[in-house]
Amino acid sequence: MIRIANGQGFWGDWLEAPVRLVEDGPIDFLVLDYLAEVTMSILQKQKQENPNLGYARDFPPLIGRLAPRLRERGIKVIANAGGVNPTACARAVMEAAPGLRVAVVQGDDVFSRIDEFLAKGYEMRDMDTGEPLAGIRARILSANAYIGAFPLAAALDCGAQVVIAGRSTDTALTLAPMIHAFGWGAEDWNRLAAGTIAGHIIECGAQCSGGNCQVDWQTIPRMADIGYPIIEAESDGSFTVTKHERAGGRVNLDTVKEQLLYELGDPRNYITPDCVAHFTSIQLENSGPDRVRVTGIRGGPRPPTLKLSISYANGWKSIGTLVYSWPQALGKARAADQIVRRRLVELGLGFEEIYTEYFGVNACHGPAAPPNPDPPEVQLRIGVRGQDRKAVDRFTRELIPLVLNGPPGATGFGEGRPPVREIVAYWSALIPREEIATCHEVFG
Amino acid sequence: MKKPLGTIAHTRSGDKGDTCNIGVIALKPEYYATIVREVTPERVKAYFGELVKGRVEQFELPNLAAVNLLLHESLGGGGTVSLRVDAQGKTYGAGLLGMEIDVD
Repeated sequence: MIRIANGQGFWGDWLEAPVRLVEDGPIDFLVLDYLAEVTMSILQKQKQENPNLGYARDFPPLIGRLAPRLRERGIKVIANAGGVNPTACARAVMEAAPGLRVAVVQGDDVFSRIDEFLAKGYEMRDMDTGEPLAGIRARILSANAYIGAFPLAAALDCGAQVVIAGRSTDTALTLAPMIHAFGWGAEDWNRLAAGTIAGHIIECGAQCSGGNCQVDWQTIPRMADIGYPIIEAESDGSFTVTKHERAGGRVNLDTVKEQLLYELGDPRNYITPDCVAHFTSIQLENSGPDRVRVTGIRGGPRPPTLKLSISYANGWKSIGTLVYSWPQALGKARAADQIVRRRLVELGLGFEEIYTEYFGVNACHGPAAPPNPDPPEVQLRIGVRGQDRKAVDRFTRELIPLVLNGPPGATGFGEGRPPVREIVAYWSALIPREEIATCHEVFG
Repeated sequence: MKKPLGTIAHTRSGDKGDTCNIGVIALKPEYYATIVREVTPERVKAYFGELVKGRVEQFELPNLAAVNLLLHESLGGGGTVSLRVDAQGKTYGAGLLGMEIDVD
């Protein structure tokens, strides 16, 4: 049996979580998931400004902090902290924690190969809209192929203590140590699917161990000390989800089921670079306090294609707010919205979308929100987006004047004009698997 | 008897681009059949009204006593494009708990 813990569900997750996982009980592998779809484009911009950046900057100091314990207990770390610059990330890790054996997995970054792919006739049509990639070629900011667990496992096989990847799938980080420790083959579909589903359960950190759980949420123990999840994996593909005993939080059928359903598409076909996992085969049972046993998982062959994650510039947006108080708070906010829209028309400004929400009334659930005819206060929230930055910038000047020249009782403008943000949109497409060659390099 | 869905189920929701998924999980296994029957794509689309521009799909997971709903074109363009406060659909699952259903 091996213990695999997840200490980071995204870049920005709780900094203490990985430290507590290492300090509070036994684990063999520590997995850290840093990358969301948008993160890659932010990192690409940072790398363009400074060739030594482009990775998750929280990661090297964290490894520095953990290094004595990692050495003492032989814990290995697998992380997609490399972003678009895994080599620079590895250099920073070796500076922060000298003497650790660090491996870098590469081959996912295809930003420089887009024209080569287009020339070969790959249209890379968007998986949602069906549009060909050529239409946005000039606006592409980053392009990466999702890579699977086998390149990460190969790096562990070479004795790496810290494995740094770029755009590996979130689930591959957890599956890789199982392939490494148990010697699973590339066509062990059922076991690869089991490791993939174990990865899905823990990839969002504490979201499977009591965080964001609806059932009896008021009684979840010591949320301030919430325990991040641990998989106790067996060589046959069965596993147990748990947490350190002294940590807060909760692991039971409710918390695990909620996370199994999180960001799920067709449950019969959960497609990864390593296999297709069947969520309809999962069997769960309570096997003790804060322990859920998972068995019966079945999978099928991996697809012939890999998914590309491409980001591109798609205009500008800004969202501004004002607060109106009782009485008639909603009526005042609605009147203010009409005034802003009228002034934008009179200025001749065109936008792709103007969207208004009334916070405290219907912002989260639209028409499904329970009626509240005279709320004590309402936040008016107006957003615009479009390709013309000047038009979006002009919009940001149209809210604050309403404090003096609109309906009575507006406040909440202390932050001044809202910022204009560039929209970095996301494009997903498929590419034949044989176009992507991965490799790893070990330092130290 | 009419009751809110929240009396027999819990939910979690999230995003994939402009699609929101809502996992609806029976609080007891015996409620599963009611959820499959009552939480239909048509009723979910009607419940959220203008928020859901596309179709709704329902997938069954009898092994977890749960269904997975996909609400297409429901996040204002999704991710970074969306102007909505809940661009990732994080609260859609909680919102669905208020839907009135026929309970046996």
